[in-house]
Amino acid sequence: MNMKPWIAVVVAGFASAAAAQDDNRLSIEGEDMVTEAAAPAHMENLDTIYSGWRFRSGETQALETDDFDNPAFVFVDQGIDLFDKVDGTEGKACSSCHENVEDFAGLRTQLPKVQDGQLLAMEDLVNSCRTERMGAEPWKWSGGQMTAVTALIGLQSRGMPMDVAIDGEAAPFWEQGKELYYTRVGQLDMSCSNCHEDNYGMMIRADHLSQGQINGFPTYRLKNAKLNSIHGRFKGCMKNIRATPFAEGGDEFKALELYLASRGQGLSVETPSVRN
Amino acid sequence: MKLTRRNLLILSSAGVAATAMGSLPAFASLTDDAITELTGGAALGEGAITLTAPEIAENGNTVPIEVDAPGAVAITLFADGNPVPNVATFKFGPLSASRSASTRIRLATTQNVVAIAQMEDGSFQKASANIKVTIGGCGG
Amino acid sequence: MASGVKPRVKVPKTASAGETITIKTLISHKMESGQRKDDDGNIIPRSIINRFTADFNGQNVIDVTLEPAISTNPYFQFEAVVPESGEFTFTWYDDDGDVYDTSKKIEVS
Repeated sequence: MNMKPWIAVVVAGFASAAAAQDDNRLSIEGEDMVTEAAAPAHMENLDTIYSGWRFRSGETQALETDDFDNPAFVFVDQGIDLFDKVDGTEGKACSSCHENVEDFAGLRTQLPKVQDGQLLAMEDLVNSCRTERMGAEPWKWSGGQMTAVTALIGLQSRGMPMDVAIDGEAAPFWEQGKELYYTRVGQLDMSCSNCHEDNYGMMIRADHLSQGQINGFPTYRLKNAKLNSIHGRFKGCMKNIRATPFAEGGDEFKALELYLASRGQGLSVETPSVRN
Repeated sequence: MKLTRRNLLILSSAGVAATAMGSLPAFASLTDDAITELTGGAALGEGAITLTAPEIAENGNTVPIEVDAPGAVAITLFADGNPVPNVATFKFGPLSASRSASTRIRLATTQNVVAIAQMEDGSFQKASANIKVTIGGCGG
Repeated sequence: MASGVKPRVKVPKTASAGETITIKTLISHKMESGQRKDDDGNIIPRSIINRFTADFNGQNVIDVTLEPAISTNPYFQFEAVVPESGEFTFTWYDDDGDVYDTSKKIEVS
């Protein structure tokens, strides 16, 4: 077998005795979430998909079941304030046009999506409103204001199944995302699939590898005690495999976001979730 | 013994080990000192205070801890592997119901968390828990 | 004032006299420990919430001293007895001298 020595080391690091995903059921504020579903037809190598929640310890899992215990809601509160805050030359707030944030129910499940030939993530929609309708400066892709508002908007879809379009206009973007998912990059020469498809449920050092699902983003991580964007998380993964990360908000990450969203079709939106 | 490079290595590593061993009790005594300061050296009873904590913390930044000591007027928490052992003190007022509280704490490494309750009669109770703090994989 | 500090509290709206109720509180705060260094290697000065109190109609429920080992966005859960209808007052004291407070009314039947 032609295996580079470091690969042997990495493989040995996946302790085989470790338990895979657990059987716990997630109920948030009394509402049941789908954390396990049959893999969508386009996934050739997996039969079942699992929310990242299923790979966390009981203590971390518990934090997501109650909106007060979930520290992400501090930021959702900030998002509510930001949503109503007038900014820019037009004297408008988000709420000037979008009177009820509840009207965004379902939006999270469909993003990213193609509009006028462009693949758009939620951050793009927020920033185009800011620059075009409000006359305000765009927010930083993974900054505190952006994640607070994307958490608030995403929360409106909580409990609804992920349901992104991958055919028609979206097809070329989806293909690009799939290509990226399986392409080895960086000094460690690893692809997304090496960890999150081939070895999910295994331990990587003392941590449980998940399937890398994005149904709970933005997610509050205990590690940095703040909301983390999808692209911010991609960037972290790429740094860990010693690759030069793509730009947050760039075409590569948006295509990858679409592909990953499609690997989670049927899982409940958990935004804002809690992870380690 | 001839002072070869090999022997020198053995000597120096033994020295490092001895230093490391020597420093362990010093860490622990920082917490012991803090407890003695709190209790005035009084004997520590056990059984009337409960400390609930995870055996393994998924991330040392946010470790859920609960203390419960019926009849306590105050409970102080220490973490013996942190740079500063004191974590928090809960003083219970007249409208406190159960003498219990939960919070989330930072643990720098695998270590003992110690809870000392001062009871209404002036005596002290102690409970402790060893919490393993894991080094994450990519999540870490 | 430290930026973005926002308290959240959860108190039942009603209770019966003498009933034990559970209270949860959370405040957004970095809780800078004073142990960390910035990119240039300089110690980032300590900046934490150092005390939290909960009172009901002027009587104390709990008085907490916080050290830097309390996590970012300090969270507390505790229990209180409410003898009559009234108001809880929650107060957080910042190292920088700022004080944040919020209150919640409860109806006791």
